[in-house]
Amino acid sequence: MSKPVGTAGEGSRGYYRRMQSAVEELLILKGLFTAEEVTREVEAMASRSYQRGAKMVARAWVDPAYKARMLADGSAAAEELGLEVGPLRLIVVENTDRMHHVIVCTLCSCYPRMLLGIPPQWYKSGAYRSRVVREPRRVLAEFGTRLPDEVDIRVHDSTADMRYMVLPLRPGGTAGWNEERLAALVTRDSLIGVARLPDAA
Amino acid sequence: MAGSESLPPRYRAGERVRVRAAFPPGHVRTPYYCRGHVGVVERLCGAFANPEELAYNRPGVPRQPLYRVRFRSIELWPAYDGGPNDVVEIEIYQHWLEAVP
Repeated sequence: MSKPVGTAGEGSRGYYRRMQSAVEELLILKGLFTAEEVTREVEAMASRSYQRGAKMVARAWVDPAYKARMLADGSAAAEELGLEVGPLRLIVVENTDRMHHVIVCTLCSCYPRMLLGIPPQWYKSGAYRSRVVREPRRVLAEFGTRLPDEVDIRVHDSTADMRYMVLPLRPGGTAGWNEERLAALVTRDSLIGVARLPDAA
Repeated sequence: MAGSESLPPRYRAGERVRVRAAFPPGHVRTPYYCRGHVGVVERLCGAFANPEELAYNRPGVPRQPLYRVRFRSIELWPAYDGGPNDVVEIEIYQHWLEAVP
């Protein structure tokens, strides 16, 4: 297997995919795990979706005490709703009228998979990872999110053992809505912070 | 995780710290763009096995205190054209940080 020409990245996926298959086969041959275990893990990963995160957000919107607990300890708040988060610690950051949060991992593609599922392709792209720390307003605008100048931006670079989720602003026009209805308004991109939620129609 | 010893934390929330302007080879989890820059400790996250050791199948102990450090975007990027209060928060292990007198 020859090394890819040029720098590692999108262009060399074929090489790394073959390398990954080869290593996986070797580990199975060595008895470290079985092919069935790999399949089960992949299925578990694919079955998780951002609806888990949305459930936490909807609870926080209707229950101020839960919201306070969630902002103090995101992992415990997830477990409180029966959502497994694994060994990584979850930090939830709250959007306000004056502050907007957005999540990235500039080093690789760290993402709160246990709560949001598999990250979108763009989250793993070199363009998003390098630009959102340097020119977040422009990147958000490309997602259709135009922030007023008086809103400060806080970019969270998940470089180590923490994982992040944004608590978006509750959309207007939702007074009296129950958690289920509210959860249905939450989008994946709003939990990453590249989108804000429109008011309910 | 082998061993349970953790290094004591040297910095507290609110303290100014500088990221070492070092460029060692190998697996490093401190982004280039913050090296040499001064930020403020936002919080101590706990102590974790050193990923620079774990990457080479070593135990990574003693565990390193991990901080979230807040940097002003206008200080990180000379051409930054967003707001003056915009920030980037980055998780950085203690051995990458120095006290700012």
